Amino acid sequence: MKVALKLYATLSDYLPAEARQTNRLDLEVEPGTTPAMMIERYALPQKLCHLVLIDGVFVPPGMRATRTLEEGEVLAIWPPVAGG
Amino acid sequence: MAWTRKILRVDLTNGTCKSEPLNMKLAQEYLGQRGLATKYFVDEVDPKVDPLSPANKLIMATGPLTGTPASTGGRYSVITKGALTGAIACSNSGGYFGAEMKFAGWDMIIFEGKSPKPVYLSVEDDKAELRDASHLWGKTVWQTEEIIKKSHQDPQVRVCSIGRSGENGVLYACIVNDLHRAAGRSGVGTVMGSKNLKAVALRGTRGVAGMKDAKAFMKAATAAKQVLKDNAVTGQGLPAFGTQVLMNVINEMGALPTRNHRDVQFESARKISAEAMAEKRPTDGKSNLVTNAACFGCTIACGRVSKIDATHFSVVNKPEYWGATGGLEYEAAWALGAANGVGDLEALTFANMICNEDGYDPISFGATVGAAMELYDLGILTKEQIGMDAPFGSAEALCKLAEMTARGEGFGKELGLGSKRLCAKYGKPELSMSVKGQEFPAYDSRGIQGMGLTYATSNRGACHLRSYTVASEVLGIPVKTDPLVTEGKADLVKAFQDATSVFDSAGVCVFTTFAWTLADLQPQLDAACEGDWTMEKLALVGERIWNMERQFNNAAGFTAKDDDLPPRLKTEPAKTGPAKGLVSGIDKMRPEYYKVRGWDANGVPTKETLSRLGL
Repeated sequence: MKVALKLYATLSDYLPAEARQTNRLDLEVEPGTTPAMMIERYALPQKLCHLVLIDGVFVPPGMRATRTLEEGEVLAIWPPVAGG
Repeated sequence: MAWTRKILRVDLTNGTCKSEPLNMKLAQEYLGQRGLATKYFVDEVDPKVDPLSPANKLIMATGPLTGTPASTGGRYSVITKGALTGAIACSNSGGYFGAEMKFAGWDMIIFEGKSPKPVYLSVEDDKAELRDASHLWGKTVWQTEEIIKKSHQDPQVRVCSIGRSGENGVLYACIVNDLHRAAGRSGVGTVMGSKNLKAVALRGTRGVAGMKDAKAFMKAATAAKQVLKDNAVTGQGLPAFGTQVLMNVINEMGALPTRNHRDVQFESARKISAEAMAEKRPTDGKSNLVTNAACFGCTIACGRVSKIDATHFSVVNKPEYWGATGGLEYEAAWALGAANGVGDLEALTFANMICNEDGYDPISFGATVGAAMELYDLGILTKEQIGMDAPFGSAEALCKLAEMTARGEGFGKELGLGSKRLCAKYGKPELSMSVKGQEFPAYDSRGIQGMGLTYATSNRGACHLRSYTVASEVLGIPVKTDPLVTEGKADLVKAFQDATSVFDSAGVCVFTTFAWTLADLQPQLDAACEGDWTMEKLALVGERIWNMERQFNNAAGFTAKDDDLPPRLKTEPAKTGPAKGLVSGIDKMRPEYYKVRGWDANGVPTKETLSRLGL
């Protein structure tokens, strides 16, 4: 199924070069894929995966290994950031 | 002593400067800066005063930690009755000006009356005098600072000033110090201009001495700096990406107000984000972002320094704008960009430079342009009235309107009055995205419910810096709460409001709160300031300040009806994103908040509350 992975800020470096201009990578993944599996697949440092959203909704750390991605969903991840 | 114990009182009408002792009893009750200066203000000024009359006063105030080695200890605030809002105004700025005031030996400067001719205040330690500013009137902020430094023959003089917008009556004019740091909101610069006060030039040589317990203070300050360093946000995220890193976060969450809040997600958000600022441009191979920068004593360094693309249409044949200067922060990038549907990073950079150069608030300006673009879209404003086509998304219109507003030309004069007055004039008051006349910052109340209550109840009109619940609702600081629900938000907002009141009164930056809690600030204050500064006392001081400001606004004529959001946010559901189908729950949260505050159903603090707070 098709999903998208978005990585921002310092995590952008973990995207293929061609995807860094958009911070977005469109992917085919197996049903049952979770955010934790994506984090492992792309070798993202756990401590940098602070803000994890699926379609803009926060996924708590305790659900990142159980919440499965659905067709067309967007997984977006940020390191610890803030603003004002 | 953390306080210098001295106030400079400047009578602009009679041209006198007098020193008077700081009321130390009040310092024990209101700490400093925002709290203490507001106490002086409400005791001396009629709440019904016309903000632009000589009877209004304007106070520049430091906190007890300003100028000390505490991290971010360079802040000062400007307190007055806001020109834009008619409410209590307190605008906070960084840079180096605040510390210099302390080094010169002053806790605060109170300006009263109105000068018969343009003047600026010159302070060199104890020596304070008003000087003629006729040659500065009509100059920009950048020109004014340069001329003063040359005439004083001292490049280390610290200057704050108003630009042409503050002279021309732009109701959201700032007071800008150190070229691009600003006491930005509510029109404090407009009040300064109404007094014919162009600038303040400070030189202090004394440092800050006499801590209650210097050793304990250095130990506490060092420990607190380590907390900032070790924290991923203040130690890495903010210095690397600045506040602008939020652009994609908030857009992804469906809480990025777009096209005057018609939408909650902006299709070009990435193009105006921190990530885009760091990329090399195809035109010149350089990035918009040059480096980060820090204010006095700051160990975070979130500031942005940018260089515009010299080939961009906005600066062709304008080499004066090609150098490195203060770059886009998140709020400015949102207001100049998403709020108008403009996705041209260089155009936003230019408009932001104009805001700095001529001293006006990019949030209120950008949001007012957004309202004008909606009026244009509806056919209510025409090309002839505006002087150009001004559809949503027009970078050309944004840049031209920025220059026209700075100079007080044509339609720029109308934009300078803010969205509330603009929309009312053209028969669509509901299209002003504001509370108490002040435009919203960069978070949509439908997607982040706590911010709706924050805006509605902010004492200075819509503002994110009075209770930044985004920290909790989005970023999980100190704990994660659900942004889409109203439950618990009354308590959350009150807690943020009270704590922020303390930070704003201490002399440090509110951005420390991404890592610090009051428990990190308390040991620094307790070691620096005479008296016993416990957590309990600080909590009480914060709540006291909030209620004092509220009482001033109530006496000025504000009521519960003013603690409300525009109908769009209560009746037009978010169209996309996680908040799709939601409106703001402000009508549910407001009475809960009043109850939590100990106020009656009309938003008036009860006798019991006032008594408990010593008000």
